[in-house]
Amino acid sequence: MAKSTLKPFKVVVIGGSAGSLEVVLTILEKLPAHPGVVFILVFHRKNDKDSLLENLLSHRTRLPVREVEDKEPILPNHIYIAPPDYHLLIEDEASFSLDSSEKIHFSRPSIDVTFESVAETFRDRVIGLLLSGANSDGAKGLLRIRELGGYTLVQNPEQAELGYMPQQAINLQAAMQMVDTEALSGVLAGLML
Amino acid sequence: MLKEEELDQLVNALSEKYGYDFSHYARASLKRRVSRLMLMDRFPSFAELLYKVKNDAAYLTHVVQELTVNVTEMFRDPALFKTLREQVLPVLATHPLIRIWHAGCSTGEEVYSMAILLEEANLLHRSRLYATDLNPSVIENIKKGIFPMSQMKNYSENYLLSGGKKDFSTYYTAKYDWAKFNEKFTSSMIVATHNLVSDRSFNEFQLILCRNVLIYFDKTLQDRVLTLFDESLEKLGFLVLGSKENLRFSAIGSNYTQLENKEKIWRKVR
Repeated sequence: MAKSTLKPFKVVVIGGSAGSLEVVLTILEKLPAHPGVVFILVFHRKNDKDSLLENLLSHRTRLPVREVEDKEPILPNHIYIAPPDYHLLIEDEASFSLDSSEKIHFSRPSIDVTFESVAETFRDRVIGLLLSGANSDGAKGLLRIRELGGYTLVQNPEQAELGYMPQQAINLQAAMQMVDTEALSGVLAGLML
Repeated sequence: MLKEEELDQLVNALSEKYGYDFSHYARASLKRRVSRLMLMDRFPSFAELLYKVKNDAAYLTHVVQELTVNVTEMFRDPALFKTLREQVLPVLATHPLIRIWHAGCSTGEEVYSMAILLEEANLLHRSRLYATDLNPSVIENIKKGIFPMSQMKNYSENYLLSGGKKDFSTYYTAKYDWAKFNEKFTSSMIVATHNLVSDRSFNEFQLILCRNVLIYFDKTLQDRVLTLFDESLEKLGFLVLGSKENLRFSAIGSNYTQLENKEKIWRKVR
């Protein structure tokens, strides 16, 4: 029997505060049409229920953008956003789940929670990127991605709007590579191959 | 991190020894809850937690309370409560006796929010609010009607966003760090333990609210619980779910239509 030549999809998970949105938009704009990758975005954001963020992202990419609902299927070539006021978890390789338990680092969604959950499920297929932010959320999660065989990146703290978050990850030795803002989409594209 | 087989062992122990069935809870979240419990109660290893659960029945209440998520607030998602005020209460008002079920209501903040809505629509005196949860300890709080004072500012803002016109503080008496809500609200409530996993339908309602409970269940259990709600809802009754929960892909979905403003409120049409 012929062996399947299909490679299992990779998962790119990106975390940051609301201020890192512009950077994410630039990354998404430069993506190829069918990258064959799952994108998961976790932003610290106000608990607004409108789908502003979803709309904003949809205008800058041809990939479908979804604010995750409970038990939403995980599909490559889709961009998923953690909904406000919920932690975003990976239930299994095929679906998300949501959790409205206690805030972590004063945040719900928490970047740590999603990073750790993505790492536990997808292990060496994960590419984790931590961007600008004002608290230490995300650093431990990024370390977990690294420990379980994934590849980890941070935005150069000196170029980030708020350098504290990526710096925490560097201090924890969670980051395998520090990348200048301009080079982020290029580096990511290389890793997605 | 907790191993899959360890989670299975704990789930089995809780079921065999105490009849609490967590086997159809969503795994990712349950795993986090168990890890959190171990950290909080300082168990050096999983084996010690398991031993404690198996041999100390008094510890059980605490375990069940910590494995389930008890995060709630008054008028959470104010826009939803606004829609309840404007579109659902006028329909409920046509019934001589209004029966509402808050399933998995935790510490009862939502039940008090609903009681306030009913009071303001002059319907509270002919309403019965059934407040149920599987945790015996959290529902005790509902009967007392006492909530932390520190939350009142946030609740008051939510209340105003939900279309409330009064001074929210007239509904409670402040004493030190606590706010005790007016007893006219409490007296409209029927409080009981009920486990959605194992207990049956116990009445017929015109409105059922179950928000952010189904997210902790797998698809199989979600469908079972939704069927339980379907059996407990009068025709043309309303079902309210959490802001990221959906009836669309469920077994009972075809019997329901969602209200047009996109809030997670469905009406039973068949």
